[in-house]
Amino acid sequence: MSFELNGRTYDTDEEGYLTNLADWNEDVAGYLAREEKVDMTESHWEVVNFLREYYNEFQIAPAIRVLTKAIGKKLGPDKGNSKYLYELFPYGPAKQACKIAGLPKPTGCI
Amino acid sequence: MTEATGGIEMEEGQSGIVKKFMFVNRKAPYGTVYALEGLEVVLISAAFDQDVSMAFLDDGVYQLAKGQHTKAIDVKNFSPTYRALEGYDIEKLYVEKESLEARGLSQENLLVPVEVLNSKEIAALMADQDVVISF
Repeated sequence: MSFELNGRTYDTDEEGYLTNLADWNEDVAGYLAREEKVDMTESHWEVVNFLREYYNEFQIAPAIRVLTKAIGKKLGPDKGNSKYLYELFPYGPAKQACKIAGLPKPTGCI
Repeated sequence: MTEATGGIEMEEGQSGIVKKFMFVNRKAPYGTVYALEGLEVVLISAAFDQDVSMAFLDDGVYQLAKGQHTKAIDVKNFSPTYRALEGYDIEKLYVEKESLEARGLSQENLLVPVEVLNSKEIAALMADQDVVISF
């Protein structure tokens, strides 16, 4: 599958996750967010950028429990819980935040 | 992100059945899919609150060796992912002393902190598990 944006074609897998991590930029993120019906605020970007940093460091998308713990450590306990993340990404941080961040679908997402 | 629990932490504090799982890694990291697939299974298993450990034996010790360069064989270098294990609370990593020594490796050559045990000690640990899964 693929989509077009600003005259360029971007490949995705059958669930809409970006095939090539290097294709990602903020416009692409904006497009993927609109597809997910997520209105990106600074709080959303904070999580998306955090996911990208995590991926760069460990080469995987984190499990939700690992994500909440790591976010709590970095951004404070009021953000390090699944309630906060589900408020930002109602259909699940796995499905939505990782997709918007251009990451593959997380391992262990069943 | 495990949707299995819906991300809700209600299961914490409840006592389910906890079994001792040991994942045994015997193969070199590249050339076959065993190492990467095994690592993914371990990461998934972390979602189920089990007592998980990993053992590295034979060529499996190379999975933890620093300085892998995979560009020339055009596959992703997943060495950094072993460093994520700590965040998944998988901290029991055992490496067999004999396998390490036979390959001229020592603890300083490894990506993450491990416990080096001789084959007798590893055998005793294996005997103590509820489940041993080999990759």
